[in-house]
Amino acid sequence: MATNDTLAKGFRPTYSLRLERRLTTPKWLPVATSVGAVVVALIVGALLIYLGGGHPLAAYQHILEAAFGSVGVFNDTLVKATPLILVGLACALAFRMRLWNIGAEGQFFMGAWGASAVVLLPLLPATTPKPLMLLAMALAGFLCGALWGFIPGYLKAKLNVNEVVTTLMMNYIATSWVLFWVFGAWSEGGFQMSRMFPRTAWMPRLLDYAKSIPAFGGLTLHGGILLGLIAATIVWFIVSRSKWGYEIRLIGDNPRAAHYAGINIVRNTVLVMMLSGGLAGLAGMSEISGVVHRLQGAISPGYGFTGIIVAWLAKLNPFAVVLVSVLFGGLILAGREIQPSGIPRMLQGIILFCVIASDVLLRYRVRLVRS
Amino acid sequence: MPQIVNAVEMRGIVKRFPGVLANDHVDFDLCQGEVHALLGENGAGKSTLMNVLAGLYKPEEGAISVEGKRVSFNSPRDAIAAGLGMVHQHFMLVPSQTVTENIILGLEAPRFVLNMAELDKKILALQEQYGLRVDPKAKIWQLSVGEQQRVEILKMLYRGARVLILDEPTAVLTPQEIKEFIATLKGMVASGHSIVFISHKLDEVLAIANRVTVLRHGRATASGVSTAGTTKRKLAELMVGRDVIFFLEKPPATPGPVVLDLQDLKAENDRGLQALKGVSLQVRAGEILGIAGVAGNGQSELAQVITGMRKALSGHVRVNGEDVVNRSPRVAINRQVAHVPEDRNGVGSAPSLSLAENLIMKSYRKAPVGSRLALNRSVIRKQAEELKTAFDIAAPNIDVQARLLSGGNLQKAILAREMSAEPKIIVAVQPTRGLDVGAIEAVQRVLLDERARGTAILLFSEELEEVMALSDRIAVIYEGQIMGEVKPEETTLEQIGLMMAGQRLENIRGETDGHE
Repeated sequence: MATNDTLAKGFRPTYSLRLERRLTTPKWLPVATSVGAVVVALIVGALLIYLGGGHPLAAYQHILEAAFGSVGVFNDTLVKATPLILVGLACALAFRMRLWNIGAEGQFFMGAWGASAVVLLPLLPATTPKPLMLLAMALAGFLCGALWGFIPGYLKAKLNVNEVVTTLMMNYIATSWVLFWVFGAWSEGGFQMSRMFPRTAWMPRLLDYAKSIPAFGGLTLHGGILLGLIAATIVWFIVSRSKWGYEIRLIGDNPRAAHYAGINIVRNTVLVMMLSGGLAGLAGMSEISGVVHRLQGAISPGYGFTGIIVAWLAKLNPFAVVLVSVLFGGLILAGREIQPSGIPRMLQGIILFCVIASDVLLRYRVRLVRS
Repeated sequence: MPQIVNAVEMRGIVKRFPGVLANDHVDFDLCQGEVHALLGENGAGKSTLMNVLAGLYKPEEGAISVEGKRVSFNSPRDAIAAGLGMVHQHFMLVPSQTVTENIILGLEAPRFVLNMAELDKKILALQEQYGLRVDPKAKIWQLSVGEQQRVEILKMLYRGARVLILDEPTAVLTPQEIKEFIATLKGMVASGHSIVFISHKLDEVLAIANRVTVLRHGRATASGVSTAGTTKRKLAELMVGRDVIFFLEKPPATPGPVVLDLQDLKAENDRGLQALKGVSLQVRAGEILGIAGVAGNGQSELAQVITGMRKALSGHVRVNGEDVVNRSPRVAINRQVAHVPEDRNGVGSAPSLSLAENLIMKSYRKAPVGSRLALNRSVIRKQAEELKTAFDIAAPNIDVQARLLSGGNLQKAILAREMSAEPKIIVAVQPTRGLDVGAIEAVQRVLLDERARGTAILLFSEELEEVMALSDRIAVIYEGQIMGEVKPEETTLEQIGLMMAGQRLENIRGETDGHE
């Protein structure tokens, strides 16, 4: 930040960048910096693609077409976005209270396991009516995810155990727990996957209605997206309009002031972690009931971690989470088109970095100073 | 000493912050070997001007010379190299390190090998020279606030500072420590140092400084006026811009029944040391009980125990006869115990939430502000607008973030919130600390109005004048014990000062009786 010595540079005037603290933040600024951050990330990504010998513009055009180019691919984008919405909401809610829940991935797996248990243990017979079956699966998924949120939440609240470490570690337990079941008791003929769920455990999809509405033919978008939209509305109501949300925001902003205001921080920490875990668990349920239709080891390409980026890019706004999820859904889908791994993952990472870095612009104003 | 060259000359300094003109063409001269006071209300631009001098801010316009040479600082390092050292209001020390380690922190020499014994000796010698005594081997957290301040000053002297800038240095000191501190200043001046002394306390400025510069709204209303030729009243007028009355109208108290009854309270502080060693006090409806004492003698802990924010080891807190000790802050709130906390920013407010949201911290649970699940937004906005007007909170609107309010306005907002709950008891801890004259007046008036309404008030304050002016009874706390209880009209500042230093009232009275 310091200016260079003018004498050393002769008579040329030197310029320097200066950061000045902002006193107020205009409402449009967070949106502008988020969009700007994505643009910068795409430019950096383009540079890397170019250095790797690719054609950045062609690559991006391909991504765009592969994700949003037709009804069919847009359907697939939304299918990818569905778990991201729920997981993104899970992270956004916890981050509001400055609880760094890095464990959405594990909570997702536990939710998937809980929903599967209803079918595979089985808790309910295959002949159970569909609405009841789905309700039971959603409940089981939510509760298992909530349990995975409760443990680190309780440890954090009572013993001040760092939730970053516990939630991260519990991811490994959750994935191994699922593997234990799909390799063992639920394995179908020795393969590392369970048997296919009965039709009563399938989330309704658009193509199910193709008989009456032919345009829906082949579209795999399932009821999970409705779950996501409802959840976004509920999370919005909780955070922005409810008494409980006020407590969450107060604790997030200043826990000592919250204590002073008579708010029970221990109880709220546990509850928020449980709701956060429950939402991620619901994402797991929605994914296996709507897409995979069986439990297996590979049900997530890191949805739980992408949810962190989604929440951050959305600046923790529940409705923005929905939009950003669609963007990332497209990125995941189209990424596979151009490269199985690598570029798309890399872009996600670069976007997160840019978004976090852009936060500086919310708090400071950059000025060019001539000296 | 011949005053040919000024130690510091600042000419036409302009410093802007977004939306604020903090310094508007300010001139400031510091002669060799003088104490020059910089006086002004909070937000007048005193600290900004000195941060410019100390290299923390770069001015948009203006010139600075040090000992006759033009300078342009890009960092505090440059300022220190030019012989300017600033001691900030909030100390910048590492609590877990020793005095010596803190003093040498950030210096180029020694490079690798730390010969601690050698350095300790060097620092002891420096202490001898200036009469700033503090054990070089002591860890910072073990030191009193006054001692920590000495470390800060030593740090600057060790770096060879010839000009010392002290930002409100006496705010944290006891009356006795202030006396020592003034002696130290005189010693430093005698050995050729020049001192800038930032303050908003008129009496101190008149007692310590040779000359004074007054700032108001970023402009100098007086530049380098000799303190010998001015009066407290004149300075106050220059500072506030209107005539200030140093007099509070206080009708006689009409105490009712005992509302708050504290019995033998014992509690630990955050470090696990016993901070309260058996405190018993009673406060009646419609009276103010002032608690005098040097900061850190258990005041914070006592206020926290009463308001349910800290667990007591033993004892009772009876509110209207009901024992609420070790319940919770929520119980205290429900029993209409208002709390004006010591730490406005850290405890009393949520910095990123709006003014309106800060005003409902205590009332959001119940109708009309809260319904069963949701918050009633129109009621919140209406109440906030009303409180903003009634308590004269200067804020652009009710949606502004609390962190953007000045100290005085934040305190008014906290008072507005606490008073709107129609409290039966008010626990106010240092309610006027760091506020400017206008805000102090407003806060004191609110407390007296509440007293007239029949509220029982427990007022913790380090400002003896304030305790004397507002209280109906005064109790003095020292190391977690009450040294005695007196009436303001029957006591003297000396008597209270002695109790603040740890003498019991019986002993003081016994001594004076013995002399007669």
